[in-house]
Amino acid sequence: MTILSSENLILASEDDVMLARRKVRLLAETLGFDPFTVAAITTATSELCRNVCVHAVKGTARLEQIGSGGRTGIRLEVRDEGPGIADIDRVLSAGQRSVGSLGLGLSGSRRLADEFRIETIVGRGTVVTVVKWKRPA
Amino acid sequence: MSAHGSIPVLRIGSTLLASIQVELRDTIADAFQEDILQTIAKTGATGLVIDITGLEMVDSYVARVLTNTGRMATLMGTHAVVVGMQPVVAATLVRMGFRMEGVLTALNVDAGLALVSELIARRHGAGQ
Repeated sequence: MTILSSENLILASEDDVMLARRKVRLLAETLGFDPFTVAAITTATSELCRNVCVHAVKGTARLEQIGSGGRTGIRLEVRDEGPGIADIDRVLSAGQRSVGSLGLGLSGSRRLADEFRIETIVGRGTVVTVVKWKRPA
Repeated sequence: MSAHGSIPVLRIGSTLLASIQVELRDTIADAFQEDILQTIAKTGATGLVIDITGLEMVDSYVARVLTNTGRMATLMGTHAVVVGMQPVVAATLVRMGFRMEGVLTALNVDAGLALVSELIARRHGAGQ
């Protein structure tokens, strides 16, 4: 896999979340993603970046254009040094009723992404990475 | 100017039509919810149509605010309908597992206004 471009973003306010999702939308549209895929990665970005601002107060995001075997994709890595998530399996598997905004944001992002990875350590922070590939025309 | 000054609210008979045409930030969404409920109380509106045709992206937070606004309006006794959801928005919300429970939806403003009129007429009919 090759990283074709990369940009670092600060996540500390609502404005930063708005900016992050605009940048992701612009990149996806520029790369020729179809509208459903654009919506999926933009929405996942919004969920993950908001989680950082709400639950960890601040963090960073790294937005990358990636390529692999002729495919083009977007990878977003969202990182914070917040409280971490104690019971990640429960948060990821539960529906929207039982776990509130954190759970739906994370489980929803996982469902929207083609690849999803989360690393979290209680008291240290959380790193979530999502990848969305451009669908073949 | 109200906190949701960027969201025009029209009055059509006894129905309020709120048209969301700008990208919604969380704080604006929250303010909109409170203001629209106050406006319902002040005007005695019996119908509420929230038009989201202009939204290209609705994440779980905004979806929750919209759903809850509709449910709150319903609790107050107003018939609430969310209209104009874009195909990509509907697909994204379902794929992420969001259930828009407790609020009616319609394809567009015309269909939403017709549904509200029908619900109001049915309630009046039932009360006679």
